[in-house]
Amino acid sequence: MASRYIANTPEEQRRMLGVIGAASLEELLVKIPTKARLARPLGLTPALAETDLIRHLKALAARNADADSHVCFMGAGSYDHYVPSPINHLISRGEFFTAYTPYQPEASQGTLRTIYEYQTMIAELTGMDVANASIYDGASSLAEAALMAHAVTDRSEIVLSRGVHPLYKRVTATYCEGPGVRLRDVGAPDGVTDLAAAKKLVGAKTAALVVQTPNFYGCLEDVAAAAEVAHAAGALLVVVADPVNLGVLEGPGKLGADIVVGEGQGLGVPISFGGPNLGVFAAKNELVRRMPGRLVGATVDRDGHRGFVLTLQTREQHIRRAKATSNICTNVALCALVATIYLAMLGRRGLVRVGELSTAKAHYASERLARVPGVSLRFAAPFFKEFALKLPKPPERVVARLARQGFLAGVPLKTFERSLGDCLLVAVTEKRTKAEIDAFTAALEKAVA
Amino acid sequence: MTTNVYDKLIFELSSPGRVAWSLPEMDVPEGDARKLLPEKHVRKDAPALPEVSEFDIVRHYSRLSRMNYGLDTHFYPLGSCTMKYNPKLNEDMARLAGFARLHPLAAEALAQGALQVMHELAQDLAEIAGMDAVSLQPAAGAQGELAGVLMIRAYHLSRGEKRTKVLVPDSAHGTNPASTAIAGYEVVEVKSLPNGEVDLDVLTRTLDTDVAAFMITVPNTLGMFEPRIVEITELCHASGVQVYMDGANLNAILGITRPGDLGFDVCHFNLHKTFTTPHGGGGPGAGPVGVKAHLEPFLPVPVVTKDGDAYALDWKRPSSIGKLQAFWGNFGMLVRAYTYIRTMGPDGLRSVSDNAILNANYIMKRLETDYDVAVPGPCMHECVLSARRQKKLGITATDIAKRLLDLGFYAPSTYFPLIVEEALMIEPTETEAKETLDQFCDAMIQIAREAETNPAVIHDAPVTTPVRRLDQTKAAREPNLRWTRRA
Repeated sequence: MASRYIANTPEEQRRMLGVIGAASLEELLVKIPTKARLARPLGLTPALAETDLIRHLKALAARNADADSHVCFMGAGSYDHYVPSPINHLISRGEFFTAYTPYQPEASQGTLRTIYEYQTMIAELTGMDVANASIYDGASSLAEAALMAHAVTDRSEIVLSRGVHPLYKRVTATYCEGPGVRLRDVGAPDGVTDLAAAKKLVGAKTAALVVQTPNFYGCLEDVAAAAEVAHAAGALLVVVADPVNLGVLEGPGKLGADIVVGEGQGLGVPISFGGPNLGVFAAKNELVRRMPGRLVGATVDRDGHRGFVLTLQTREQHIRRAKATSNICTNVALCALVATIYLAMLGRRGLVRVGELSTAKAHYASERLARVPGVSLRFAAPFFKEFALKLPKPPERVVARLARQGFLAGVPLKTFERSLGDCLLVAVTEKRTKAEIDAFTAALEKAVA
Repeated sequence: MTTNVYDKLIFELSSPGRVAWSLPEMDVPEGDARKLLPEKHVRKDAPALPEVSEFDIVRHYSRLSRMNYGLDTHFYPLGSCTMKYNPKLNEDMARLAGFARLHPLAAEALAQGALQVMHELAQDLAEIAGMDAVSLQPAAGAQGELAGVLMIRAYHLSRGEKRTKVLVPDSAHGTNPASTAIAGYEVVEVKSLPNGEVDLDVLTRTLDTDVAAFMITVPNTLGMFEPRIVEITELCHASGVQVYMDGANLNAILGITRPGDLGFDVCHFNLHKTFTTPHGGGGPGAGPVGVKAHLEPFLPVPVVTKDGDAYALDWKRPSSIGKLQAFWGNFGMLVRAYTYIRTMGPDGLRSVSDNAILNANYIMKRLETDYDVAVPGPCMHECVLSARRQKKLGITATDIAKRLLDLGFYAPSTYFPLIVEEALMIEPTETEAKETLDQFCDAMIQIAREAETNPAVIHDAPVTTPVRRLDQTKAAREPNLRWTRRA
């Protein structure tokens, strides 16, 4: 049966084979040894007509409790922020959507210009000199930062705060396995990194100290103090930060970070069951030639007009092969475009407003929720838009019960940190209304009673 | 020509006071949000982001988009990248709220539909590649490679073997040696025969007990099927060496042959190539990795499992290599690939490869008198030409690429594979129609004639693009990587 995605008709195939001088399609496969051939059709579900397939996928989608059908208080690295309507329309333009890596810059100025805008915006927000064109997600960005710190300092230990997202730590461990970089933990018993303990751990072998702010528990870290600890030992400070918060929070670069990485999903990227996401990566100027990933630079064309190209490519795998700074090739350019349009739309004042609304609503929610009998805030440290609640009933069961009432109540912390088995991580973005927060508080009160 | 071309960056449109956002009112009594936070954490000045209207945004990015050639607007024969049509239905399905608005840490019971998609897609990919298990987690091909090599490493270590080297042909994609190096291995480059095939004598001499893996691309990067591939995998296995297949060229072999049946232990899939997820100007992709049963214990966590009718994420896998990205994979891409596979079915996928091969051979045949072919045909899904004849006339592969832009086509991959002088790697894919292939071949033949009669028009190219040839040296010597307001 003909496929709507293949143009050639049987008659056209015959004419093309005639030009080639082959009697059949089969004749083009002569180099494949018979014993290597698959002698049966693939064992896959038969093709579905478009209408049947839509019905099937809608039925599958309907089995998921999404953030449209439920009021979302979940975070832990993926947040339900506002996504302005034009983003989806603009990124869906085929000229952006169906192009690839801008290897021919003259025919890719659209992509190159948006990446240059993106690099500028991320550098501005993070308080760093340069940002790259993107890494896969926040976790792989951190892993790349760890390898980069190892290469820059020629030291083989990374000290990570326990306030860093536990899943980011697992990804970093995977990337550090081959090069033999050792990861060491420093505690965050009160919700923020124990910097006195960090000072003892960070030493002559330490390539970098890593802190996240706000950290996995939502608490704000003292980045300047962490920078002092790292730099006193000649180590780099790597800060994991969520760029959507940086309208209100200080750019980590201004507080002493050498590398800033983070998850840019909040900048207009759909939560989409955790991927694709947007790995943000920014660094100081002196580290630029050791950075992973693509960089776009401004230059001029033959007539002296401004133009943009991929640059400093001698860092990259297609040139340097085994000696490249990273193996990354395909990145998440389209998500970077989403973030660019998002940041252009929110602009100077809108991004500040997003941060102000999120933090005010989160503080309102925390106050209301902590007044529920048996419920309390787990940590006293200052937080931004997310906080850990201690519950009198198992959080998993509370989550299941509240889901039936239309709430995605938060993320139980048991699977991440056994000692926090009675805790629920709750995130509040600018999208949540006072009415939703009040209804959630009432529902939680019943669920834990 | 290049006059009157749009030349703005979004920052240059900024006008203080304009807004493009609509945010809810502050409806909680907390007042000044900044007073809730200790001062040392608070930003001193608002970030220097643009201030523009919504329509400014729409027009600016629409105009920028028109400075791109994309697959929807132009033939995009970029070899090794499989620039095939990206079905619009995939986009509708990926945007269903039940998928696009699902939180990654939703309890398993609240994400059964998404887990079912993942489980079925992993099974389908395993069937397509003849593998026993598939992880959907890697975010792109290069991350799939890293996962695959780390699994091989873990496998050898589990048997008490500390092998230190990985063999990679000189014709390989750059990611192969780069990924291998990150996995902690010494990369040994193996010289290929002039026709791009593996030199079995060299391979035999290089294989020893220090070699952990041999990593090769099938069909190879010259667009040819490796005729002795089964001997090669057997030879490797005889030395305890694992064989990795770079799946970049999988579009050539769907339903024809399977990496697992050829003896491969690991292979990755590029869903943004063979399985029609959009390339997005450079990503996101998705790079699932398939393995044989002996490597299954080492798969990244979590693995999607099925028990009766219930789907779950299995984290209890003590031998796992760990995680590659924070969550479960580029799920949005997985929904698109799943939609595509269900659209095509087994016969449709077989037809994909048949027509991809037909189209590539048609181009090769039509161009073989005006250009040198790297290796005589028939080829698989792509063909590699050499512009060495044109080079003698002063016309390089780059020049040909730039002239193609003026004639209305994106360019083939150039200077890859590295073992072919002045390489032009052309991959038409099955979704292009004969008349497009003919127009492209006519343009290539025209350029070959121009090289002899009017080389100036090629050297001048491109002249129809928004900018002309760009000064790469200046860009690298004086890096300008962010916009600053001119004083």
